[in-house]
Amino acid sequence: MSRDGAVRQGRDGRDDDGSRERSMVPRATFRSYYGRPVLKPPVWEWKIPAYLFTGGLSAGAALLAAGADLTDRPELRRTARVGGFAALLASMYLLVADLGRPERFHHMLRVAKPSSPMSVGTWILVAYGPGSALAATAEVLPAAVRGTLPGRLLRLAARPAGLSAAVFAPGVASYTAVLLSQTAVPAWHDARRELPFVFTGSAAASAAGLGMLTAPVAEAGPARRLGAVGAAAEIVASRLIDRRPGLVTQAYTTGHPHRLRKASEYLTLGGAVTALTLARRSRVAAALGGLALMAGSVLQRFGTFEAGVTSTKDPSYVVEPQRRRLQARGEGRDEE
Amino acid sequence: MTAENSFYGPLADPAGDAGHREHPPRMGFFTDTSVCIGCKACEVACKEWNGIPEDGIDLLGMSFDNTGMLGASSWRHVAFIEQERPLGRQDAGLAGLPVGPSSTEEAEEVVADALEVARRGGGDLGTAPVDLGFPSFDLPGAGTGTETRTQFRWLMSSDVCKHCTHAGCLDVCPTGALFRTEFGTVVVQPDICNGCGYCVSGCPYGVIDRRPDDGRAWKCTMCYDRLRDGLEPACAKACPTDSIQFGPLDELRRNADRRLAALHEAGVTEAQLYGRDPEDGVGGDGAFFLLLDDPEVYGLPPDPVVPTRDLMSMWKHAGVAASALLAVSAAVFVRGGRR
Repeated sequence: MSRDGAVRQGRDGRDDDGSRERSMVPRATFRSYYGRPVLKPPVWEWKIPAYLFTGGLSAGAALLAAGADLTDRPELRRTARVGGFAALLASMYLLVADLGRPERFHHMLRVAKPSSPMSVGTWILVAYGPGSALAATAEVLPAAVRGTLPGRLLRLAARPAGLSAAVFAPGVASYTAVLLSQTAVPAWHDARRELPFVFTGSAAASAAGLGMLTAPVAEAGPARRLGAVGAAAEIVASRLIDRRPGLVTQAYTTGHPHRLRKASEYLTLGGAVTALTLARRSRVAAALGGLALMAGSVLQRFGTFEAGVTSTKDPSYVVEPQRRRLQARGEGRDEE
Repeated sequence: MTAENSFYGPLADPAGDAGHREHPPRMGFFTDTSVCIGCKACEVACKEWNGIPEDGIDLLGMSFDNTGMLGASSWRHVAFIEQERPLGRQDAGLAGLPVGPSSTEEAEEVVADALEVARRGGGDLGTAPVDLGFPSFDLPGAGTGTETRTQFRWLMSSDVCKHCTHAGCLDVCPTGALFRTEFGTVVVQPDICNGCGYCVSGCPYGVIDRRPDDGRAWKCTMCYDRLRDGLEPACAKACPTDSIQFGPLDELRRNADRRLAALHEAGVTEAQLYGRDPEDGVGGDGAFFLLLDDPEVYGLPPDPVVPTRDLMSMWKHAGVAASALLAVSAAVFVRGGRR
């Protein structure tokens, strides 16, 4: 019987040190208010992790398109520009639709606030969008317009536009990591050093997947290499999250988020191996490998997102690390 | 830009730091839970004055607490905790009488299990209806007689937005809807908020939330309208025991220190101040508390830190990752001769 009533045993199978093996010492109990969450779980739903994917895809594609443009790979350039802009349009929809008051989306533009990663991200997207739009439009001009003066001007502007998008693309791919990390959500805040690498790796892998899927094998060499490097970065960085000491890591290594991230890892790994081997010869293999990379990126985003949500619903993820921190500070003071 | 300690650490004048030149002293709440009688007059007065909509009328099985948590439509929340121990040196008069375990723990288990499967883990409490299966035909742990008499104390505490010195919600708000008032408090402007939901995850206390039907974020304003007219907030005005004290923060801190010393002297050694320390992770709270147990027992985080503390470090890591992405994207084309 507990003296304080409000003491609650932690959920099964969790250990103090974050290891996956069950330790022999039972996990310390933590106290809570009827097991109720301390934090409000995020109000964001599937649209935000979906945006994390489409935003990353768009950014990676802009980089790929700029490279293809400069190295004379017209097919890769074309599909990357068009795909990247389509992903940006999807992103815009997802971001606006997720607002509680979508008709007020433009209120984001009334301030520029360095302390808010969402404000910074808004302005990064504002800078990034026009280049992406121009370059993509130049690719899909109907033949009748291509010859006219506006058509020729647009095609002239396509390269600088594509390059300007590429300049802001790394910001688009990485700011979302800061956006998630600068929250009280334990799993996101704790992974703040690794998340930017997971997200940029995932962005590179997904855009490379798009390139492999849509461009001919002869032009997709850079996409295959980008896919391999991006996948490696994504897998290594997300493994580093899994190895972080402390209880909060278990939000990533257990339950539904764990299954999503495991599936992501297999798909990403499979896509990367395909990119380096079969995709150099076979168009079909390249397409399948590309799809695997993109699917891996989708699952990575959803897995990371879900891990954060999980870590807010269970009060132990909030209370235990903070209590331990206080204890450590108290002991430090005693020794002085 | 802002000074270095604008994001973290002690900050003497948050209103001045936010750009208010001539401003009144920082105002705050000191909630002394040792004299709270759980009447919920604060909850009612707050709802009345601020015109807050209904947030679900449910029985929660949390002792006398049927609000559950602060939320978009609950800006004061009275927590009730039943504990099998005396308060201070109180004598329950149970010597020689049959005693036994109370049903408290069993009831708590039932509630906790229901919360686990509730939408948002029960995080909707205070914002929208949450059904935890009450009222039920069987009272958990009921069916025992007088032998369930036990040492007993009942903790009650009126929770509220902490109006942090470094407010996570305010820092992340991308529209400027959340702002620092001349009184040093933190307020949402409903005509600006577009419901992005970032503040909900930015708050280390789980206070602010979005109303599902209205789409905007809401929380305690410390009755900004009343303050501007020289009145005290509705909850403090309604509190019959002065458990909720309102005034200049410096004054409240002095009162709190005296009250803590008096309680310790009276044998209530478990009394502790929460949110009083300007050196803590949020630079001290504008609304702080005297608690009779650890904060987590009241559903409060034991050592909250404003996420903005790590702003520079996070952007540095993102910058390295972004540069790496740019470099790799260029490199894969440079090696392009191989196809």
